Amino acid sequence: MRGMLAVFWKEVSDHMGSRRFLILFAIIGLAGLWATYVAAQSIRSELASNPDSRFVFLRVFTSSSGLLPPFVSFIGFFGPLVGLALGFDAINREMSEGTMSRVLSQPLYRDSVINGKFLAGVATITVMLLSLILIVSGLGLQLIGVPPTQEEMLRLLLFVMTSIIYIAFWLGLAILFSILFRRTATSALGAIALWVFLSFFMVMIAGAAADAAIPVNEGSPPELLVRNANLRQGIMRMSPTTLYDEAIGTIVSPGVRTLGPVLVQQVQGLIPTPLRLSQSLNLVWPQLTTIVALTLVVFAIGYVRFMRQEIRA
Amino acid sequence: MADQAIIDATNLSKVYGELVAVNRLNLQVQEGEIFGFLGPNGAGKTTTILMLLGLTEPTTGAARVCGYNSAREPLKVKRLTGYLPENVGFYGELTARQNLMYTARLNAVPEKLAVSRVSEMMEVVGLPDVGDKKVAEFSRGMKQRLGIADVLIKDPKVIILDEPTLGIDPDGSARILDLIVDLSHRRKMTIMLSSHMLYQVQRICSRVGILVKGKMVALGSVDQLGKKLEAGKTTLDVEASPATPELVDSIKRIPGVLNVEKSGDLLTIAADKEVRSLVAKAVTQTRSALLQMRLQDYTLEEIYLRYFREAH
Ligand SMILES: Nc1ncnc2c1ncn2[C@@H]1O[C@H](COP(=O)(O)OP(=O)(O)O)[C@@H](O)[C@H]1O
Ligand SMILES: [Mg+2]
Repeated sequence: MRGMLAVFWKEVSDHMGSRRFLILFAIIGLAGLWATYVAAQSIRSELASNPDSRFVFLRVFTSSSGLLPPFVSFIGFFGPLVGLALGFDAINREMSEGTMSRVLSQPLYRDSVINGKFLAGVATITVMLLSLILIVSGLGLQLIGVPPTQEEMLRLLLFVMTSIIYIAFWLGLAILFSILFRRTATSALGAIALWVFLSFFMVMIAGAAADAAIPVNEGSPPELLVRNANLRQGIMRMSPTTLYDEAIGTIVSPGVRTLGPVLVQQVQGLIPTPLRLSQSLNLVWPQLTTIVALTLVVFAIGYVRFMRQEIRA
Repeated sequence: MADQAIIDATNLSKVYGELVAVNRLNLQVQEGEIFGFLGPNGAGKTTTILMLLGLTEPTTGAARVCGYNSAREPLKVKRLTGYLPENVGFYGELTARQNLMYTARLNAVPEKLAVSRVSEMMEVVGLPDVGDKKVAEFSRGMKQRLGIADVLIKDPKVIILDEPTLGIDPDGSARILDLIVDLSHRRKMTIMLSSHMLYQVQRICSRVGILVKGKMVALGSVDQLGKKLEAGKTTLDVEASPATPELVDSIKRIPGVLNVEKSGDLLTIAADKEVRSLVAKAVTQTRSALLQMRLQDYTLEEIYLRYFREAH
């Protein structure tokens, strides 16, 4: 335990002072502030015409305007990069620089090293997200003058927790790559390639595969269109990026009532009321549990590989 | 534990797939000794050391350090043993002091004691003024000495140094060796160091073991070894034309022949008794011409240097 804490604190201080972390933090912070500012402008003008809209404060994080995506999208995009940046050289750098065998010849269990490193990454991510949320909330409060309700705060908290776990997935993946590959350049490129694949190519592949399996055109019957869309979505859900986007979209936007394709008949007559928090959670429960499971699984694979690895200088 | 060896390996073996890296090794190092572990590159020195520290599992056999089984209680062994790895590394972006403080924390040395011990050890190894420099700026010799300071932070009973003078100029090597002797005398530490350089080891070690291809071929004090080998074993240089593989085979079958090495027409035969007439007979039987036969004195230096040359 004491050994793990020593590793943990060393890693945290390394991360907090590392250039790559500070650069990413600065980029996300600036982009987030800009997005918030733009969102707040449009919320203000809307509030003027419709003073009793609900969930105004949350919209600071979710409104987009023009070309600039909302704050939550910035986290969804840059979060994985932070995870990768914190972990891609966690193990192999220590191997190639010969520090690992020195550390492991001290009286600590071997898993203290990987646990300490993983938890330090998670702590760094947590600090980063919380401070971003606080800064953005402060700015939003200044600009729109409407404080968050209790439910909004809960939803924001859930957003932060989900994001931490999601970014921890990428951290775990990066650490796994740093165990599998001896060279840091290889592990960095491999991890980024996987991120690009899961975040961008998956969408195209899902579309192409769905169209190949269930060809559709404008004149197709609605049932076929729904089946095509369902297949597409099913394939995309193999990517944690999709799961995260769905989960976050529902958590921070109470108006989201369903995640799959719907037919016009199904929504006719429904009053578009926002969901209660418990209902939103019900909707994305599978997404949330899968993200948690994926994070645990990548970490566990890395853990086992690391425990079995022979460490020579 | 009065008469028990501090380092005690019995029948220690490590097999990597087909390769037997360490082969039924037996080794005892007594308290207060400086033990030299000699062998060419790839002999299995590092593998043996890793097993002694519990950093890798032996395939068979057992290692005990300070009475603890290295495979079963590695943490107890590591608490009492300082290990300087081959090519020791430090965090380049941290200062020397920060690096050593990290080691102290990993050993749960109380913070205050750690601070004073770090300064003390930096002084012991002759680096009193560079504590606040980043290690990235250190020369190889400095890093190696910092490595020794690092090993001392936990106040170990035993220290194991893997190739401590590798890649360091003669002057730097001499300083490191003097430092090791000093540690042994003043701090009464038991020291085991591996090296492929006979002269260095000979100079400071009370006892040496020579490891070749995973097997301990000699073990004892330096003087003792030289004599024993001279008395017990001989080496023949034989030149035969042509030196066919059949000839090599038939010489290998002669009782007493330990090993035959062939380079061109020159055969080097290691034997533990008089085999000259039988070798001559084997040469003529395979219809080769015996051009030359010479008996070598089988001294410690010669065997060692031969293995050494061959490994490079
Ligand atoms: N992980 C491994 N897998 C396979 N072979 C190995 C491994 N580690 C070391 N070896 C082999 O074991 C032998 C002994 O290596 P080592 O103990 O490093 O020798 P030394 O330290 O005496 O130079 C070498 O032939 C080396 O190639
Ligand atoms: Mg070695």
